[in-house]
Amino acid sequence: MRQFDQELKDLRDGILAMAGLAEQMIDLTNQALGERSQAKAEQVMAMDRSLDEWELKLDRLCVDLLALRSPAAGDLRLIASSLKIVPEIERIGDHCCNIARRATFVHPPILTGGLLERMGQETRGMVRWAVDAFIGSDAGLARTVINADDSVDELYGQIYRELLRLMMSDPLCIERASHLILVIKNWERIADQATNIAEEVLFILEGRSAKHAYLQSDSAE
Amino acid sequence: MMITGAIDMDIDDPRPVPEPALLHAPLDGAARRAGIFPQPDLPLTDPSVLSAPTLLKVERLNLFYGEKQALDDINLQVARHSVMSFIGPSGCGKSTLLRCLNRMNDLIDDVRIEGRVMMGDTDVYAPGTDVISLRKRAGMVFQKSNPFPKSIYENVAYGLRIQGQGDRVVLEEAVERSLKGAGLWEEVKDRLKESAQGLSGGQQQRLCIARALAVRPEIILMDEPCSALDPIATARVEELILELKREFTIVIVTHNMQQAARVSDHTAFFWMGKLIETGLTEKLFTNPGHRMTEDYITGRFG
Repeated sequence: MRQFDQELKDLRDGILAMAGLAEQMIDLTNQALGERSQAKAEQVMAMDRSLDEWELKLDRLCVDLLALRSPAAGDLRLIASSLKIVPEIERIGDHCCNIARRATFVHPPILTGGLLERMGQETRGMVRWAVDAFIGSDAGLARTVINADDSVDELYGQIYRELLRLMMSDPLCIERASHLILVIKNWERIADQATNIAEEVLFILEGRSAKHAYLQSDSAE
Repeated sequence: MMITGAIDMDIDDPRPVPEPALLHAPLDGAARRAGIFPQPDLPLTDPSVLSAPTLLKVERLNLFYGEKQALDDINLQVARHSVMSFIGPSGCGKSTLLRCLNRMNDLIDDVRIEGRVMMGDTDVYAPGTDVISLRKRAGMVFQKSNPFPKSIYENVAYGLRIQGQGDRVVLEEAVERSLKGAGLWEEVKDRLKESAQGLSGGQQQRLCIARALAVRPEIILMDEPCSALDPIATARVEELILELKREFTIVIVTHNMQQAARVSDHTAFFWMGKLIETGLTEKLFTNPGHRMTEDYITGRFG
């Protein structure tokens, strides 16, 4: 294998490791919320440091590759998109910490019907698919992620309205509901992060930006 | 209502999304002074290149050296006031095609050419075409700078002199204009009578460009003009190319892909005598349409 190909593999492997860590954090966050586990919440926050270290390492690798290898075409797209994917993953970690911090303040549960669990699982699924799309160079799966974002947004709206209703009907709920509003906002942001990663995967694979489709209808070649 | 738990509310959602209305808000003073206006589409390609009329048109061109076919069914257009670069591995036919454009291949024995090359309205290979005036319209700069063993002044004036121009004022004006055009005037204006051989490699190459400019060509054909130059001299020639395209149309053969990316509006990739792909340079280098182009520009060829 050429040296440059090895370096590109290192970059992909690094993103994979970083994403794996973020997925573990999401799982632990879901568990911390469900089990009211302060220990798991603290574990999430401790893991964030590793994610930050990966970000620094991969940022440096990308800049070095740009400076030293003058990449073009598919290699260039991989490196340029990696520079955007890495901070998205790092941000997922931050959102997990924000949720984990609240894990013990949302009990006893006020939401029924497993809505909160569903939001955590759907968001987790989007992140997994986005990472799988990156690893497997799977444009179809990347599009699935982008389409799934609407469902999470809808769930967010539904839970938000339910929380408002609960707060109005029972003032004792207000504290937990306030925390929950921030929890679902963070899940919703993680889903956006997964969407952004999926858009970068499409750019790597197809060479066209998948962002802001409404601006691109007439400029596509 | 008191909220228990020491939680910093500000840490959530650290990057708030601006309200859509803000995107259309008036610019602040600094942005306005800097001339920055909301414009999401900033192509590197000079838009004038996209609409420029065609100056060179190659149609179904085949070239044979004896039995060996060196160019295979080439179809290509070069827009006026644009820079087109030809890239590809050694022996791919890029220099051969460049030499077809002003009939430099006529000088080689046993060459057979089919197809058509149009320079404006002139059919380059039509029997009645005057080759001398053709080469005057399409000047050439070679890989190795080749100044004549004469003074700087005489090198630049040479083309006009052999056209019969003897008027000293006309010649002086042409020499100054051409040396300025090639970005060399300031460096040599006080030693025009000195031998051109005393110039540095980069200066000699710019002198050759000045010599090509003196006869007021429409097109400048460059065959690896920087391959013998150091990075500083190369940068000067590249800057010069970008300036020259305002007045001239430039076709450049280069082995340096970063050079093609830096100076050209369009790039054409050749392989084994075939034109594999041509298109806007930024498109070709970020998202080529052909697998072979991708392999070549990413260094995975062969």
